[in-house]
Amino acid sequence: MSDVLLKLAGLTKAYPGVVANRDVSFQIGRGEIHALLGENGAGKSTLVKTIYGLVKPDSGTMDMNGAGFAPAEPKAARAAGVAMVFQHFSLFDALSVAENIALGMENPPKMQALAARVRAVSDQYGLPLDPDRTVGDLSAGERQRVEIIRCLLQDPKLLIMDEPTSVLTPQEVTILFETLRKLRSEGTSILYISHKLEEIRSLCDTATILRLGEVVGACDPRETSARDMAEMMVGQVLHVPERAAKAEGAVVLEMAGLSAPAPHQFGTALRDISIKVRAGQVLGIGGVAGNGQDELVAALSGEMKVKPGMVSLRGKDVGLLPVNTRRAMGLLAAPEERMGHAAAPDMTLSENALMTAATRKGLEQRGFIRWDRVRGFAAEVISAFDVRTPGAENTARSLSGGNLQKFVIGREILQAPDVFVVNQPTWGVDASAAAAIRQALLDLVAKGAAVICISQDLDELMEISDRFCALNEGRLSEPRPAQGLSVEEIGLMLGGAHDMEVAHVDG
Amino acid sequence: MMVLEKRPQPSQRWVFAAPLLAVVLTMMVGGALFAALGKNPFEVIRTIFYDPLFSQNAWFYRPEILIKGGPLVLLAIGLSFGFRAGIWNIGAEGQYIIGAICGAAVGLALYPAETRLIFPLMVLAGALGGWAWAMIPAILRVRFGTNEILVSLMLVYVAEQLLASMALGALRNPEGMGFPGSRNLSQWPAAANKELIAGSGMHWGVVAAFIAVIFAYIVLSRHQFGFQVRLSGQAPRAARFAGVNPGRMILICMGISGALAGLAGLFEVAGPSGQISIDFNVGYGFTAIIVAFLGRLHPVGILLAGGLMALTYVGGGIAQGQLGLPAAAIQLLQGMLLFFLLAVDVLTNYRFRFGKGEVA
Repeated sequence: MSDVLLKLAGLTKAYPGVVANRDVSFQIGRGEIHALLGENGAGKSTLVKTIYGLVKPDSGTMDMNGAGFAPAEPKAARAAGVAMVFQHFSLFDALSVAENIALGMENPPKMQALAARVRAVSDQYGLPLDPDRTVGDLSAGERQRVEIIRCLLQDPKLLIMDEPTSVLTPQEVTILFETLRKLRSEGTSILYISHKLEEIRSLCDTATILRLGEVVGACDPRETSARDMAEMMVGQVLHVPERAAKAEGAVVLEMAGLSAPAPHQFGTALRDISIKVRAGQVLGIGGVAGNGQDELVAALSGEMKVKPGMVSLRGKDVGLLPVNTRRAMGLLAAPEERMGHAAAPDMTLSENALMTAATRKGLEQRGFIRWDRVRGFAAEVISAFDVRTPGAENTARSLSGGNLQKFVIGREILQAPDVFVVNQPTWGVDASAAAAIRQALLDLVAKGAAVICISQDLDELMEISDRFCALNEGRLSEPRPAQGLSVEEIGLMLGGAHDMEVAHVDG
Repeated sequence: MMVLEKRPQPSQRWVFAAPLLAVVLTMMVGGALFAALGKNPFEVIRTIFYDPLFSQNAWFYRPEILIKGGPLVLLAIGLSFGFRAGIWNIGAEGQYIIGAICGAAVGLALYPAETRLIFPLMVLAGALGGWAWAMIPAILRVRFGTNEILVSLMLVYVAEQLLASMALGALRNPEGMGFPGSRNLSQWPAAANKELIAGSGMHWGVVAAFIAVIFAYIVLSRHQFGFQVRLSGQAPRAARFAGVNPGRMILICMGISGALAGLAGLFEVAGPSGQISIDFNVGYGFTAIIVAFLGRLHPVGILLAGGLMALTYVGGGIAQGQLGLPAAAIQLLQGMLLFFLLAVDVLTNYRFRFGKGEVA
């Protein structure tokens, strides 16, 4: 088990204006689950693309099994035994599982034979999957299994997994981990990319940490605390959000039997959601994406109108009021999708500040825009939320995801909302920005506002929520105090995993 | 290998350079085309772009540029609101015709009264007519989700038939000895869209065009409505999040372009054209689409582009008469201008990167 499968030595790759990898060297042992840790932009993607033959390094070498390894294209990498499961699936919704798998193969066997092999592999590794089902009907976890089985059919020596758990429920994560452990016991090496530190601690044998393109450390994750690893990743002492104790406030927002049909073909209907949200509290709403999160935010923000009496703010019915009237009343929202929804990518930050803050910040007078005030407000957001940009006249799309998210959240928080609805506040945001955003939410609550935080990141919800409930197929579970909830209980609230079956390891 | 790379910011330099480069490219390729037709390309280019402004006969041509440019700018300013918001009114030609018919009809109904109120009434009727014609595709789009491009375009042909029927029937000059066409409004002082300064070509339509440019400039840069128009076009979802009602936006933008098109039609029928006739419309409504894009949908740009397009009309006319150039060659030149502009436009948001491409 101690010999080396893949050895990287001095890999460097520069793009115009940025060095993605600088002198990266480490080795992956045979039958080892090796974690690659780092913030967004640390160079993880470039590195795995190099191994997978998608990127050619400027300098440095790789050795596979002691022989030189320089794949010119993914095909060569696959031939050498490297397989990769991407974060974004490349599957055709209209085709069946087996057809999708056949599409990715060099010489696909007959469909019958392939289906039999898919069944055999899915059985062997405890990944329940029916080869005849249409991919469009599968859950995110099941789609991932399609990708994994597609890789396993190549009998890989090295399996690369890019953020595999971001779309999974806790139970699905358990199933995945059993599979990965079984693969390890058979001698397959796994390069596991993630920023979820607790997962890495429970799964991985070694970890290499990248920061700004360089290897800044390695550790045994089983013996290193998550906090230490996070600090190595970020390169600074991490600020853990603090929360002040507080008394239970009055009910500010109430949803009563909130139901709405799906707004479009791929949407989710909201079904009979009833909950009271109190001032000074964070209501955490967990759940896998696509279970009605977008629709719930739209129903609250005013982008989707609902029947009278379903949503009320401080006792006033707001279900039919337009977006800006709700804003004026103190109900603000930040949707999940930053580019094109929460912000207009090709507009400047000033214009983006004007987008939602016109009424509450007095940025217009009789319809005429007061550009000096707009620029002032944008500058205020930029400085208060540490948005890294040369200035307010830069376009939104020139910002990194984390910086734009800080801007979007900051734009709403500085308008001093009474109720703030936020969807995926830290999705794709690096650790330090995520911590800053969570702290800002808690500060807002400490001032007496109510926050509804919708997220897929359970760690985040546990960190900031006072009460927790789960959104599943448009239904909201009974809220429960967040403190003391166990992962199992949360999993059950989320509706359980699809096909609760854990790998049965043979022999 | 050469790859196109998206710029982090649109290039400010190219925003201005692209139209100029497009004009230069048009002159070059157009020149080659004229050479292939057996003409001296330099002479043709000079005749089209230089003579109307600076030759010794320019006093005769310059008013023509205003007369042709006025309606183009008025139409294009109206279209630019919708185009910026992602609402594609292709039927300005039809709204132009209906505006002319409605305005002329109101005037003719009062013939031969002599009161100063007639012309303002006609202006109002013209704007309302164009607006109403534009409301057909707008309401169908909002109510039933029909495609406004198709509906507005097809309504142009309906409007043309209506125009023919009016010229032959309801609005025909009773003293015209049976010839098609209405009374000549420009010879009836109460209804005439007079030249404001004799020999300048400046009539009320040109004044309206300048006012529209200033109005559009202020609305787009300073008013919340202009901001919402831009937001709707660039990020429709963000616009809804900002509180824009997409249906209302469609109605307003189509309404503005229809009303301005109707105005342009009225000023034309009461002025330079003088009467409702079967061949009253000459394609201004379509050329205005080119003008709007050539001017980057920016009011000042549209003003300049309208002037340039009017120049090619007038210069093209001279080239036809003096050099025997076919009319189709002039239309080709105008089409080329839009073609090159759209092609060069890529450079505003993208840049070329030379070197080895790779999948990254």
